[in-house]
Amino acid sequence: MSKSFPVLTLILAGMFVYAPVLIVGAPYESTMGLVQKIFYFHFPSWMAMFLAVFVAGAASVAFLVRRNPRADALAVAAAELVVVFGAIGLITGPLWGIKAWGVWWSWDPRGTSALVLWLIFIAYLLLRRFGGPGSERLAAAVALFGMFNVPFVYWSVNLWRTLHPKTTVVSSLPVSMGAPLWFSTAAFLGLAVALLMLRTRLEHRRAELDQLFLALED
Amino acid sequence: MQRKTQKAKGRRQKAEGRRQKVEGRRQKAAILWVVLLIAMLVPSAAFAQQQQPPKPAAQDGFVPIDQLQPKEELPAAPLVMAAYAVAWLVVFAYIWSLWKRLQKVEAEIADVSRRVASGARR
Repeated sequence: MSKSFPVLTLILAGMFVYAPVLIVGAPYESTMGLVQKIFYFHFPSWMAMFLAVFVAGAASVAFLVRRNPRADALAVAAAELVVVFGAIGLITGPLWGIKAWGVWWSWDPRGTSALVLWLIFIAYLLLRRFGGPGSERLAAAVALFGMFNVPFVYWSVNLWRTLHPKTTVVSSLPVSMGAPLWFSTAAFLGLAVALLMLRTRLEHRRAELDQLFLALED
Repeated sequence: MQRKTQKAKGRRQKAEGRRQKVEGRRQKAAILWVVLLIAMLVPSAAFAQQQQPPKPAAQDGFVPIDQLQPKEELPAAPLVMAAYAVAWLVVFAYIWSLWKRLQKVEAEIADVSRRVASGARR
């Protein structure tokens, strides 16, 4: 594994220790109050998920074009992270929604499209797990489809009437709210990169194990 | 002198008579008030008895209201804590799962490498 991994882990640990300090210090939102503080973990988890989706999509393109197994390993690792960070977003969202909207779940375009994106990557992992030989190419196409779904998820709030706030809410945040949000987002993106490195290592080690089994058979 | 005494007696008698009349009127008014009060209380008590809701049985339906009483609103703090706890739980569960999978693969690699090496020696 890369020598930068322990350094990255230390930096991330420091960031995740300091993030709650910033979040507690951030002002309350005028209409939602305390519950709006879920935003500082909810939004970054979606950003980490989108990063993982783009990595999975780009690696899948590389795999489909060049048949590079390392690209395929990266795609699998990223797809798993999509499911992990998507799960955080899908659980923290309803915890916020029940207080802010009075319902756990609303089938509005943002929530529904995000759920569909998450399910696409569940399908990707199921395909990889049970699809048998050759399923990696089919799975790569599924990841590509998932990647093209991201802009739809992101701009759905601007295109349709939805309970979620518009995308402008992030850019219009005052510094007192924007600083903890972007700090948390950076920490989540760093965590996604660290986990991606760890998960890719697992795929590489599995490939080495397969080679060893082949050598043993020979 | 005798006439003066008789006049005083007459005035006293008249005053006594007036006092008795006033007293009688007061008694009549008091009786009237009591009767009126009873007349008002008895029907209202009967009405209240009629109005009393039957013993609480199964609820027939829900009555919607626009806003909750502040004390009935869902508290935000447990939701915020649950959200942060879930985020950490998911991340730690995933790291633990990665760790276990890596350990398993490393153990298998060590085992197969040993077998490959012993096969090559033979």
